Amino acid sequence: MAKQLIKGNDALLRGAILAGMRAFYGYPITPASEIAEAAAKLVPASGGTFVQAESETAAINMVFGAAVAGELSMTASSGPGLSLMQEGLSYLAGAELPCVIADVMRGGPGLGNIGPEQGDYNQMVKGGGHGNYRLIVYAPAFAQEMCDLTVKAFAAAAKYRNPAIVLTDGFTGQMMEPVEFPAAAVAPPVFDWAVRGDAATRPNLVTSIYMAHEELEAHNRKLMAKYAVAAADLPEHRGYLLDDAEVCLVGYGIVARVLRSVVDAARREGIRAGLFRPLTLWPYPAQALAEVAGRVRRFLVVELSDGQMVHDVRLAINARRPVGFYGRQGGMVPSPAEVLAVLRDPGKEHQSYAACV
Amino acid sequence: MQPAYSCPATFYKRFTRKDGNQETTHYCPGCGHGHVHKYVAEALADFGVADRAILISPVGCSVFAYYYIDAGNVQVAHGRSPAVATGLKRAHPDAVVIGYQGDGDLAAIGGNEIIQAANRGENYTVFFINNAIYGMTGGQLAPTTLMDMKTSTTPAGRSAGNEGFPIKVCELLGALTAPYYLERVAIGTPAHNRKTRAAVRKALQNQIDNKGFSLVEVLSPCPTGWKMKPVDAAKWAVETMPKVFPLGVIRDGHDLDLGHPRRRRQVALGELPKVLGTQVPDVCALAECGTPIAEARFKISGLGGQGVLLLGQILAQAGMLAQRQVTWMPSYGPEMRGGTASCNVIVAPEEIGSPLITEPTVLVAMNGPSVERFGKDVVAGGTLLYNASMVPERPSLPGIRIVGVAANEIADSLGDPRVQNMVMLGAVLACDATVSKDAVWAALPQVVKSKPELIALNKRAIDAGIAAVK
Repeated sequence: MAKQLIKGNDALLRGAILAGMRAFYGYPITPASEIAEAAAKLVPASGGTFVQAESETAAINMVFGAAVAGELSMTASSGPGLSLMQEGLSYLAGAELPCVIADVMRGGPGLGNIGPEQGDYNQMVKGGGHGNYRLIVYAPAFAQEMCDLTVKAFAAAAKYRNPAIVLTDGFTGQMMEPVEFPAAAVAPPVFDWAVRGDAATRPNLVTSIYMAHEELEAHNRKLMAKYAVAAADLPEHRGYLLDDAEVCLVGYGIVARVLRSVVDAARREGIRAGLFRPLTLWPYPAQALAEVAGRVRRFLVVELSDGQMVHDVRLAINARRPVGFYGRQGGMVPSPAEVLAVLRDPGKEHQSYAACV
Repeated sequence: MQPAYSCPATFYKRFTRKDGNQETTHYCPGCGHGHVHKYVAEALADFGVADRAILISPVGCSVFAYYYIDAGNVQVAHGRSPAVATGLKRAHPDAVVIGYQGDGDLAAIGGNEIIQAANRGENYTVFFINNAIYGMTGGQLAPTTLMDMKTSTTPAGRSAGNEGFPIKVCELLGALTAPYYLERVAIGTPAHNRKTRAAVRKALQNQIDNKGFSLVEVLSPCPTGWKMKPVDAAKWAVETMPKVFPLGVIRDGHDLDLGHPRRRRQVALGELPKVLGTQVPDVCALAECGTPIAEARFKISGLGGQGVLLLGQILAQAGMLAQRQVTWMPSYGPEMRGGTASCNVIVAPEEIGSPLITEPTVLVAMNGPSVERFGKDVVAGGTLLYNASMVPERPSLPGIRIVGVAANEIADSLGDPRVQNMVMLGAVLACDATVSKDAVWAALPQVVKSKPELIALNKRAIDAGIAAVK
């Protein structure tokens, strides 16, 4: 099959349906509304349900209901909406339910603005809801990955019975790029733990409440064991010119695209730079990054945030090398030339919170 | 029909999900929940729908409703039952979905969810247990607490000046068009209990008959929360509470067609790529495929309505058909202000880094502000193509090639002012070899999905643009 030029948001939604998603519950928010608009047309046409919910709180709980019913469902939102969904995410993880949430990040905190940012990293990667749980987080950088990583997110969500996040931004959603879709659609799975309103699933209970303290501890330990398997199974990254690199740039999503240009420009100047791009933010590709740390002299993390991923980089390499940081916020995106100047002169780096601990 | 005071078939004989004594419920003596649980369980058995039933346990004293009723069971977050019910029922229209909520759950934290589910006419059944107080958390104010009633958070009694008035849920939902059945009943005397039992059965039968949204509000005694003996509590539920919450039917059916059961379209798996348009045939193998090119960065800018985004899309599509790496990105951030629209198109031999263009190799400026804003960014040796119809004075920028094309006049002469963008696309083809005319010809029908005569007009405009430069 040939590639087609298509927007990242459209690629994400089509990938989701091809992966077996049959229910989309969403609430409008810029810059994620386009996904809902595409869903309103395509999900019913594909034999599924689309409902515009009354709030993100309701949307994530409709997703909860769909997940209990045993179907793959999703929603898409942005920071302010994701804040409202945190309750639902904690319950979904606690009740061990699969689903996918696309977070098209925008500027924050508060209402912020609709520019591209990566300020939801902590919220999505570290868990913004209550209790002991993790979310599986994928970070696409190309329209092709908006499809491919969404397909992977559904597979991981179903396999680990856990919500998975596609963490993206307005740029990656708006970009049109060539995309080759999977040739065949995946049949929606049938889960034996679901509650479908039939004799076979009548004995089932889906819950996140365990009143006996021992029981809840046992449940949490079960979740931990599950996450440990995922942490060994799921991490993915892409490296670029890392074999002989002295300095390793680290970034994800749209930033990684900028950093690739930075690496090329730096090499033309004789600076041996390389790029490490995590595709999964949880589980973080820590082992692969630690291996890179054995070869390079220093790291430079670039984010559209106040440096939220820096902690994960420092942890992954056990702080064996200096980890610098450069970040733009509020919708600003650094140009390759701007980052190159920081690469040349570490004095231009920003201080991140990670440097304070 | 089973005799009174026997255990319904869909009531678990032992409460094996419960800690401690599995013979008794966790409810206090004199609580109304046991009655309503029993009526629900009994109706499911009598109607033969226990296998189809899904009970949604809320947060509140009935958080453990799943201990007792032998159906598919789900436990959900505080107040979110109607949203969860929506997800369940839309997935399984033949399931008998039961929401069971207290007054804090339904009327306080879940107020919006219940209103909206009722307003959508979701075909499910809600049992709303109104005991005017928060039971599970120890007797705090509820939205349904009566005036002057003392609770642990209104020690001097509920006052209008601080807490407002009790919420009448049935009347509130009665203001909506979609609900099918709304009735308020009470637990406390055999006569009241019989009416409650009848309402429970009716509300479930409505769902089975695909009538739509049914809600039964049950005024229910809470001896512990009210600090009363069970006998006094029962009396209070049927004598005092109805003065504020009148008993009776608020809505009993309508003739509206809400499309129940809301079944989904049946689509075979193999049909999906067609539905989604994800399988596109290979259309062309252009002569230029595989020939080396340098990375080209096109920035196209103009007024909204000048067709700059489409111009960029055709360039990107043509590049893709020639098997190049391409990316198309609409204007962003600071570029979006001031009524201009712009897009960035990169056509490259290998994977593209930043899709944002700071130094275009070709700038297509459709109006004056675009020249001013981006002209200075054009890379040395690059090209500025400007619309001479909108930019009367030739820009003077050193070190780049500058070409003016009177796109508006040319478009007008072709009989359609809208094709000024195609004229400029022709100018791009004349000045830059990255994308061939063959590729653009192949791309046009894939991007401009319009009538063939319009495609022909676009081609004429592109040719005119090429001619204007040459």
